[in-house]
This record gives sequence, C-alpha cells and structure tokens, in this order.
Amino acid sequence: MFHWLEKHPFFFAVGVFLAISFAGLVEILPNFAQAARPVIGTAPYSTLELAGRHVYIKNSCNACHSQLVRPFKSETDRYGHYSLSGEYAYDRPFLWGSKRTGPDLMRVGNYRTTDWHENHMKNPASVVPGSIMPAYRWMFTNSADIDTAYAEQLTVAQFFSVPYNEPVPMKDGSSKVVKMGKSIADAKAIALEEAKVIAEDMKDQDVKDAVARGEIPEIVAIIAYLNSLK
Amino acid sequence: MENRPLEYDYTVAKMFMLTTIILGIVGMLIGVILAFQLAFPGVNTILGEGLAEYTNFSRLRPLHTDAVIFGFTLSGIFSTWYYVGQRVLKVSMAESKLLMGLGKVHFWLYLVVVAAVVVSLFAGVTTSKEYAEFEWPIDIAVVVVWVIFGMSIFGLIGIRREKSLYISIWYYIATFLGIAMLYLFNNMEIPTILGQSAAGESGIGAWYHSVSMYAGTNDALVEWWYGHNAVAFGFTVPIVAMIYYFLPKESGQAIYSYKLSLLSFWGLMFVYLWAGGHHLLYSTVPDWMQTMGSIFSVILILPSWGSAINMLLTMKGEWQQVAASPLIKFMILGSTFYMFSTLEGPIQAIKSVNAIAHFTDWIVGHVHDGVLGWVGFMIMAALFHMAPRVFKREIYSKSLMAAQFWIQTLGVVLYFTSMWIAGITQGMMWRAHDEFGNLAYSFIDTVTVLHPYYTIRGVGGLLYLVGFLMFAYNIYKTMSARPVEEHELQNASPMGA
Repeated sequence: MFHWLEKHPFFFAVGVFLAISFAGLVEILPNFAQAARPVIGTAPYSTLELAGRHVYIKNSCNACHSQLVRPFKSETDRYGHYSLSGEYAYDRPFLWGSKRTGPDLMRVGNYRTTDWHENHMKNPASVVPGSIMPAYRWMFTNSADIDTAYAEQLTVAQFFSVPYNEPVPMKDGSSKVVKMGKSIADAKAIALEEAKVIAEDMKDQDVKDAVARGEIPEIVAIIAYLNSLK
Repeated sequence: MENRPLEYDYTVAKMFMLTTIILGIVGMLIGVILAFQLAFPGVNTILGEGLAEYTNFSRLRPLHTDAVIFGFTLSGIFSTWYYVGQRVLKVSMAESKLLMGLGKVHFWLYLVVVAAVVVSLFAGVTTSKEYAEFEWPIDIAVVVVWVIFGMSIFGLIGIRREKSLYISIWYYIATFLGIAMLYLFNNMEIPTILGQSAAGESGIGAWYHSVSMYAGTNDALVEWWYGHNAVAFGFTVPIVAMIYYFLPKESGQAIYSYKLSLLSFWGLMFVYLWAGGHHLLYSTVPDWMQTMGSIFSVILILPSWGSAINMLLTMKGEWQQVAASPLIKFMILGSTFYMFSTLEGPIQAIKSVNAIAHFTDWIVGHVHDGVLGWVGFMIMAALFHMAPRVFKREIYSKSLMAAQFWIQTLGVVLYFTSMWIAGITQGMMWRAHDEFGNLAYSFIDTVTVLHPYYTIRGVGGLLYLVGFLMFAYNIYKTMSARPVEEHELQNASPMGA
C-alpha cells in the first residue's frame, strides 16, 4: 500500500491530510459550545477597557504576563481564585500568555490601584525594587484608540451577540449594564466619563490636563483595563 | 535522450538562501538583545528614551520569534525545497516556464510579506497570538504565498521523471498541508470593517483591525493546537525532510531503514497533532483534553526517535566521517539534539512536571535546544552542502566551519543549561511555602535570583550569533572568492575527501 501511495501524490496527500486532521476534530470540536458560555459575574468590556486591552496587546504585555491562575495552593495564595473557563467568554483573543517573566495579572484589579499602576508604568523599579520590567512612558503621551475599540464592540455585538446595553447577572444577585455608544461620538463621550474617574486618582499633571481637554492617553485606558481584571 | 546527468536550475534556491542568512542574522541579533534586556534592563533603552517604544522587550519579542520562524526557518525550507525537489524528482525548474515564474513570484511576494510584518510588529499592530501575530491583510498575503509554494511543490511533482516519491518529498508535502490547515483555522477572524458595516456604520477605527472568531478557552485551544503544530510542521517535518536528503548525500551512505522511515513518518503525522493540549495543562480546558495532550506527547517519542535513530544508524560503519567532516558533525549533532529535545518535551508534558515547568524559562530552554541545536544546525548544514553545488565553487574554509561548529555548540549548551536551572529554580520558588503555610517568596525574589542565569544565556546566545556570522561570511566568501569549477560538483562531497 505504501509503495502505491508513494507513486500517487494525490492520494498520498489525501492520506496525510486525513492523518493530521483527525486530532483536531476529536479534541477541539466536542467542547466548543460549552466552553464559550460566560459565568455569572463576567461582564463585557467597556469601550475604555477594550481600548486599554488593545494597548496591552499592542505592547505585548502577554509576552511576560500570564492571565491564568492554575488550581494550586501556591497560585491561589498569590493571585486569588483559580481561573474558570466562563470568565474568558468575552476575551477575543485570549491572553493567557505562555511565560511568567512577571507575575500573573488575571485578578490584578483586586490588589493594585490606579496610583500604583501609574508609578509602575513610569518607573517599575520605583515600586518594585529589582524589577526588570522596562518603563512604558510613551503610554502617558500616546492617545488611546477609542475608535477601534468601538468598532470592535460593534463587531462582537453583531457577530457574537455580546450583551451590551443589556443587564448581565452579577455574583451578588444584582445586575450590571455595560453601555455601548449609539454612535462614535456617543461612545467617545462614555469613554471620557470613565477616563475622568481614572484620571482623578492619577498624579501626572499632563495626563490630567489631557483628559480635561477631552483626550484619553493610553495610560488611562490600560489602567481602566487592568482595574477591570478581577 | 543523451546519457548525461540532468542539469538543475537553482535560481530560486539561491534567492531563498540569501533571505535565510539575512533574516537569520536579524532574528538571532534581536534574540541576543532580548536576552541581555532580561539580564540588564538598561538595554531596553539602548537607542535612547525617544525610541524606547520600539526597542523595549515587549515590542521586540514577537519580532524575534517571527523573524526566526517565518524568516530564517521558512526561507531555509523554501531554499532547500527548490534544491532538493528538483533533484529527487529528476526534473529541472528550467523545463517549465510556469514553475520558474511561480518560484520567482513566490520569492518576491514572500519579501513583501516580510517587510509588511516588520513594519506592523514595530508599530505594535498584532493580534497577540503567538506565532500568529499578523492582522488579516497580512494573513491573506501569507495564504497567497503558501498557495504558490503548494503549486510549486505539486507542479514539480506533476512533471517528475522519477515516479516514486522520495522520503523528503513526503515531508515537504506534509509541511505544506499541515501549515495550510493550521494557519487557516487559527487565524479565523472578523475584520472590524465588516462588523461595523453590519451595524450600519463605516470608517470607524483602524481598517486592519480584527476580532478572533473564538473566545477565551476555545481561542486558547485553537491557538495551541496551532502553536504546537506549527512547531511540528515548521521545525520538525521540513527539517526531517532536509536530513533525509542531505545526510545520505553528504556521507554517501544509504538510509538505514525504509521501514523505520515509514513508521516514523506516518506515526509523526498521526500523533503530533494530538499533543497540543500539553500547552494547556491545569488551564480551563477540559481535563480529558489535557490528559490526551500528555499521553500523546509521550507517545510522540516513538516517531521522533524513529527518524533520529534512522539517521544515526545511516552512519553505521562510517563514523570516521563525523570526525573528519564538520558538515557531517552539524547533521549528527543536529539529530542528537533532536532526540534530546523530543525527550525533554514529553517530560515537560507530564502533568506533575509541567506544574513546575510551565510559565518558566525551562520552556524557553526547551524551545532553544530544539531550534538552535536541531533546526539551526540542520539548515546551516543544508546550505553548506548546497553552496558548492549551486555556486559551482568549493567551500571557502573548512577550518572556519569547524570553529563555527564548536563555538555554536558551546553556545547551545550554555543556553539550555542556564535555562534549565533558571526554570526549575523559579518554578520551585513560586510554590515554596514556609512553616506556617505562607508563600516563602515574593514574586520579585524569584526574578532577581535569575540574573546570573540570564547573563549566561545571553552569552550563549551571543556565541551562537557569532557562529552564525562566521557561517554567513563563509558562504559569502564561497560565492565570491573561490574559482568557478567547470562542472557541477557531483555525488562525492568536496568536504568528504
């Protein structure tokens, strides 16, 4: 049979394709729908948070930081409750990472503050002596891309029925509505309201001035995102 | 037809040789910079504060991985294909204007994609998925390049004189099919320009932005099915294709066992894809998938070692060649690193080991003993074998080659030993508890302790880069300094004597 296959390239290629596609069909497909359901307490990202997530991705924070708490005592002691599948239901793409050069950030919003992040991004060693993380000073001057974040919200609401402007159940029995703007101008206004809350807790005068002028620097967006990780 | 040997046309092979070397230097140089950034964070602002955004670790890291995978390795694969393909199928590229044209389009389009990738990654335009960072416009261009590669493979097969496909061809076909399938499914994404037009809007945000079709756990599952198997079909399958051709050619020895090559080929095809789950142990992926990933990783030792042992036994009775020829040294040490790496991987895929190894530098070490020791050595050996034949000139310096071999071997050994120690040290410190059950170390303690190992790793990487520059110089001098031979050098290697 193999000698015959080796003289018939088409059937050879078909054979190879069957052999390699088998595993994907068996391993990936069966659980697909199940794994996509959110757990209670997981809400979609707001416009500003999503813009911050884009800043996180743009700077490949995931190259050094994971967002996956494994079910070990040492990890739950350090980072909080281990990760649940449904907590990632609105993560497109997933940001689990593959290397912890720095600590996990899955629940960083529970134990770090806006003020801490501001100092850390400016000069990591000032808050964590011995840190090898580079400073991210350009985030204080670059503007966050709210437009793309809004375009992404429109896309996920259309294609994946992400529940914006709808009540989402929370753990304490209440519900939460994550607003998505009706137009880009509306979306920017909503993002700016959120940005003002963050900027209030910050010390950098340039950032405060920028937000007062109606601009949103990247640092504000990424802090909003990091604070949302709980 | 006259009874004379076929002449082959190596135009496209030469073009891809050039990119193999240039992108190899770029990718490895960035790697060395990254290594020193971890040891000495000041290197992050090496070009000053103003350019820090483009020279810091996080912006450069995807450039390193992509330059080495899709630049150096892929160019090496293409280059050897345009050399090996003709020779084992007994047909010249010059016989078909179409195939020749396709080959050239393949090269130039590939260059365009490389340029687009460099620009987009420096700008921070990335999907964040490892080894699949490109946004949809580049993805489409990649697919076009890949389709041309496939047309070239099957076109050449279509006009072949030798009816039976040699083992290397099996592996090239598998490379084409495997990457095609993986790349397509992993990069399924919806451009936001489509999303907003469905919502009745237009012109909002970056036109090249897209959203992954999969969310969270599913996205992770597809990504690591891809990530793991991109290693299979980029770093294993085509490299095995090379060694099945170049080792017998260079040594003058026939492949030890046809049956062993059958077993390892079909075994590798079937088993490899199952093992992706080992990247997701203790994650939120269902337990049975994780276990499958573990088990199949261990089974994977069989086909991997099958190929490697087949190579080593091919040298049976001819081991003096390993001492005499630096080129054979590269290939034999390459096979040995392949065995080593394919044993290390399954060990790391065992759940209890993975609990310590995952997220640490041990994984980085594992990748690099495979890539530096196996992929890098084999591609350089292939180019060393090809150079005298495509340029019709003997290799410039055999002693430079031997020096390069030892410098790079030392580099690889420093690299993986330091990363082993770093990884296991950090993994153990993360989980250490004191007598009261509290965590024994804060996270930063587990970072500062790694400084010496990061420094050693940087030195190891630097040695490998120095060796690679020697390789580039040697090939360059071969092209330019040596007198042209009248005939293509035939079977016996110029190194063999």
